[in-house]
Amino acid sequence: MLQATDLACLKGDRLLFRGLALTLAPGDLLRVAGPNGVGKTSLLRLLTGLTHPEAGEVSWQGVALRRNRERFHRALLYLGHAAALNDMLSPLENLRFACAAAGDEDVDEERCVQALVRIGLAEQLDLPARVLSQGQRRRVGLARLFLSAQRPLWVLDEPFTALDVNAVAELATTLSDHCAAGGIVVLTTHQEAPFARPPQVLDLGSYAC
Amino acid sequence: MLSAFLAVLRRDLLLSWRGRADLLVTLAFFVIVVCLFPFGVGAETNQLRAIAPGVLWVAALLASLLSLHRLFAQDHADGTLEQLLLSSEPAVLWVAGKIVAFWLTTGLPLVVAAPGLALLFDLEQGALPVLTLSLALGTPILALLGAVGAALTLGVRGGGMLLALLVLPLYVPVLIFGAGAVDAYLGGTGAAAHLLLLGGGLAGALALAPWACAAALRIAME
Repeated sequence: MLQATDLACLKGDRLLFRGLALTLAPGDLLRVAGPNGVGKTSLLRLLTGLTHPEAGEVSWQGVALRRNRERFHRALLYLGHAAALNDMLSPLENLRFACAAAGDEDVDEERCVQALVRIGLAEQLDLPARVLSQGQRRRVGLARLFLSAQRPLWVLDEPFTALDVNAVAELATTLSDHCAAGGIVVLTTHQEAPFARPPQVLDLGSYAC
Repeated sequence: MLSAFLAVLRRDLLLSWRGRADLLVTLAFFVIVVCLFPFGVGAETNQLRAIAPGVLWVAALLASLLSLHRLFAQDHADGTLEQLLLSSEPAVLWVAGKIVAFWLTTGLPLVVAAPGLALLFDLEQGALPVLTLSLALGTPILALLGAVGAALTLGVRGGGMLLALLVLPLYVPVLIFGAGAVDAYLGGTGAAAHLLLLGGGLAGALALAPWACAAALRIAME
């Protein structure tokens, strides 16, 4: 269970939002909404423990993140704005590295190939990432979803950006399935996606300062 | 436990291999700077012998500074650093992996090239192993201290210059004991004391720098 109490976020010398509280239980799918610049990405980074809140606390399974970092990060998959791809490596090399660096020791080359084929990059396995289109780069990052089913909490920043209609539908299904299996998904998006059941919406605009 | 260390080490070595032109630039810079000195100070043999250890060490120090700003910059820009910081493995391990890969690709070639260049200065044959050993002990310290500086200046505008200003003063002790080791050998007092001090410095830097570096990277992410 992911819990945040009385969160405030300071960016530079500007207070983005304050007094934000949320509780997410297994099966929840939360969509963070709000206009550009309201602090959606900042909120997601707070929830992952990459940054620390100005006030308030984020806790996972009842323990504050800062006292629980390793266990929390074993349970978390975060896909940020940047796709974390190195242009000189192939999608396969990038994905293998991402899994190994995250600490998924059971992910071998075969599983990475399967994940990339499943996400529609069978032809691009060995091309350098710099020749991929924006949508294909996004897919390489998203391939980690198929290898991270054991991580209950997925935090995704604009996962639908640059994807085509079919890929959006498939991703929505993957996310719905993850929730149905007891996972938690937090995402930001400006576009409508066909989720199995409508997500909870957190309107960040109402907490803005 | 070592998977993050090995994954980062392997990836960075692979990336260096794919972008090997960058590595040659570092090595070429080292060779050219060393070769400039005889032109500048004249070809008087005794004088060249006397300045050889200092010249080689200063050139090695500048060359190792050359690619330092790239150590974390690419990973910072493409989001890899975020993912690494979210790894369930301790950050110290993969930071150490990056520094080891960095030294293997930028420090080790200097150590290998130095004895050959020393012959240009007619450095005594017996001093070559001392020079090589002092560089082999000293350049990892430069990489470790430099990595802390690179992490601290990450994302700062004009970070390259700032990095040089921050790191060069810290390199002074390494330079003193590194060049001093060869001088001491030539002077007949033996290089053991200098080399032991360098070894001690390396042990200290190995124990502390990855932690400082990891902490600086976390701050850079804020």
